[in-house]
Amino acid sequence: MSRTTTLAAAGSVDVLIIGAGHSGLAMSRFLAERCIDHVLLERGEVANSWKTERWDSLRLLTPNWQSRLPGFRYSGPDMDGYMNMCEVVDFIQGYAAFTRAPVRTGTTVTSVQPLEGGYRVVTDRGEWRARALVIASGAFNVPSVPDVGRGLPGNVTQLTPRDYRNPAQLRDGGVLVVGASASGLQLAAEIHASGRPVTLAVGEHVRMPRVYRGRDIQHWMHVTGLLDERYDRVDDIRRARGVPSPQLVGSDDRRTLDLNALSAQGVRLSGRLAGIRDGRLQFSGSLRNVCKLADLKMDRMLDTIDEWISASAAGECGHPAQRFEPTRVSDSPCLGLDLNSGEISTVLWATGFRPDYSWLEVPVLDRRGQIRHDGGVTESPGMVVMGLPYLRRRKSSFIHGAEDDARDLSRYLARYLHLRAGSPHIRMAV
Amino acid sequence: MHTQENMIDNGVNVQALLGAREALTEAPEAARFMWRASSEWAGGTHTRSTVDKFFGLGEEQTHRQAFQYDTDHPEVFASRDLGATPVEVVLVGLAGCLTAGVAAVAQNRGIQLRSVKATLEAGMDLYGILGIDSNVRNGFESVKVHFEIDADASEQDIEALVAQSQKRSAVFDIISNPTDVHVIAEKR
Repeated sequence: MSRTTTLAAAGSVDVLIIGAGHSGLAMSRFLAERCIDHVLLERGEVANSWKTERWDSLRLLTPNWQSRLPGFRYSGPDMDGYMNMCEVVDFIQGYAAFTRAPVRTGTTVTSVQPLEGGYRVVTDRGEWRARALVIASGAFNVPSVPDVGRGLPGNVTQLTPRDYRNPAQLRDGGVLVVGASASGLQLAAEIHASGRPVTLAVGEHVRMPRVYRGRDIQHWMHVTGLLDERYDRVDDIRRARGVPSPQLVGSDDRRTLDLNALSAQGVRLSGRLAGIRDGRLQFSGSLRNVCKLADLKMDRMLDTIDEWISASAAGECGHPAQRFEPTRVSDSPCLGLDLNSGEISTVLWATGFRPDYSWLEVPVLDRRGQIRHDGGVTESPGMVVMGLPYLRRRKSSFIHGAEDDARDLSRYLARYLHLRAGSPHIRMAV
Repeated sequence: MHTQENMIDNGVNVQALLGAREALTEAPEAARFMWRASSEWAGGTHTRSTVDKFFGLGEEQTHRQAFQYDTDHPEVFASRDLGATPVEVVLVGLAGCLTAGVAAVAQNRGIQLRSVKATLEAGMDLYGILGIDSNVRNGFESVKVHFEIDADASEQDIEALVAQSQKRSAVFDIISNPTDVHVIAEKR
């Protein structure tokens, strides 16, 4: 290997995995089973984002029985509980120890370039060569703030869920939470309860009850096969991959957190934040319709569950079918707010996250900066990506979704490495 | 999703629409359209507007014929009432857009429509345009659309049709969200 670069080569390996979160570790486990030589590069510690980039009260949206990785599962007493972030970090670090994964922590990847027969991976601790690459750096690296945010005057504090820890860090005064996914609803509830009146700007969202017919909604999504639905069986995968996280919260009382619960708490609902003009926030007049869409979609899911229960051998589960009150929308929803009135002191952008690929110098990004892939297999030979929403299945971005995806993609990598000697540009269906 | 195009026919070529969607995904420039109208004052509050050409799919396009629209104000405004009031034309646009959406979504979902009727209502306080109260806006206070749909579908499916049509409607978006409007005046 050439020694002309200033950085010494840190090594050469068959497969490099970028990121030692649940996805990367699951992949490592399957590669190890296949005796494929590999290394994981991790910018911080194992489970870094869970440890450093989440708010204090956050718990997993999935119950403990669902916290499982290949060969490993939650072993505590509360199968129906939801892990807090410390427990998630312990769980994933426990998995890294259990699998004895070859993780190089404190190693930040600064660039990845294609090379003849593989990839050159430059880090702040030397340079790597790899024949194949697994991008497992996560789907939620950088908060997405919509362009409309640029029009906010300087006297309004702006925050994202990555900077937010708890209400005590906020100024007094009203808070506009933008976005009605799990994050937006959880933060709206918590901040409103702290005495800061919250307005929640609501765009398209996914509503579901925490518990249905006596079981966690995740149980029903699991047994009906919804979570296992494959990316290549979905009508419109582009759309499916853009669906926001469901309005769920993990709590001791397994409560349902929906827009009705927030309204009852006193949170004001408005339509999507559509513009800022002359110091005025402008909200869309589409609130009624986005709520209707979400109510109808929830009912369709509950229909699917009811049909499954009726058809299953178990028959009735002792809890009758139920439908929930439609989302209540005020007769005259808020269409605008004057920022000069001082009513809003903070805007919290719960508008989602996107991956950070600023280091990726391989031409696999589409015009929106997302990796083009077919079930995780990119156009670049031997490069796969993991952990993205609906990568291969509806559950792909969840901890328990890593196992099936890693199994499939490790099989792909094994065949790729094996066949590589023949043709440099082989592509295979997984 | 169920597609039973062979059995049902709402007169919407959904295959062409889906094909266009697929093709335009790969050709973002072709997806950029420019809609146009021109108008000329016809005396009093009467204006005659013409719609003829538009730009799209990378080139100039022409309607099968030029369409003309008269707008005026009603006699209670001391006008001659030679056409619909401009605000009513906005409702006409919304009705046309939502109904076309209902037909297209129904076709795509395999729902045979027998009749689709809508009535639209929009409240307006003249204190706005007359400048009597600066707190009253010029435009609609709100818009109400009431659809009556006869189709081979459940109540829920029909509600979903109408909701999806709103979600994909250009005019619904134009009315419910702010749009930057740039008006230039030139002396002739």
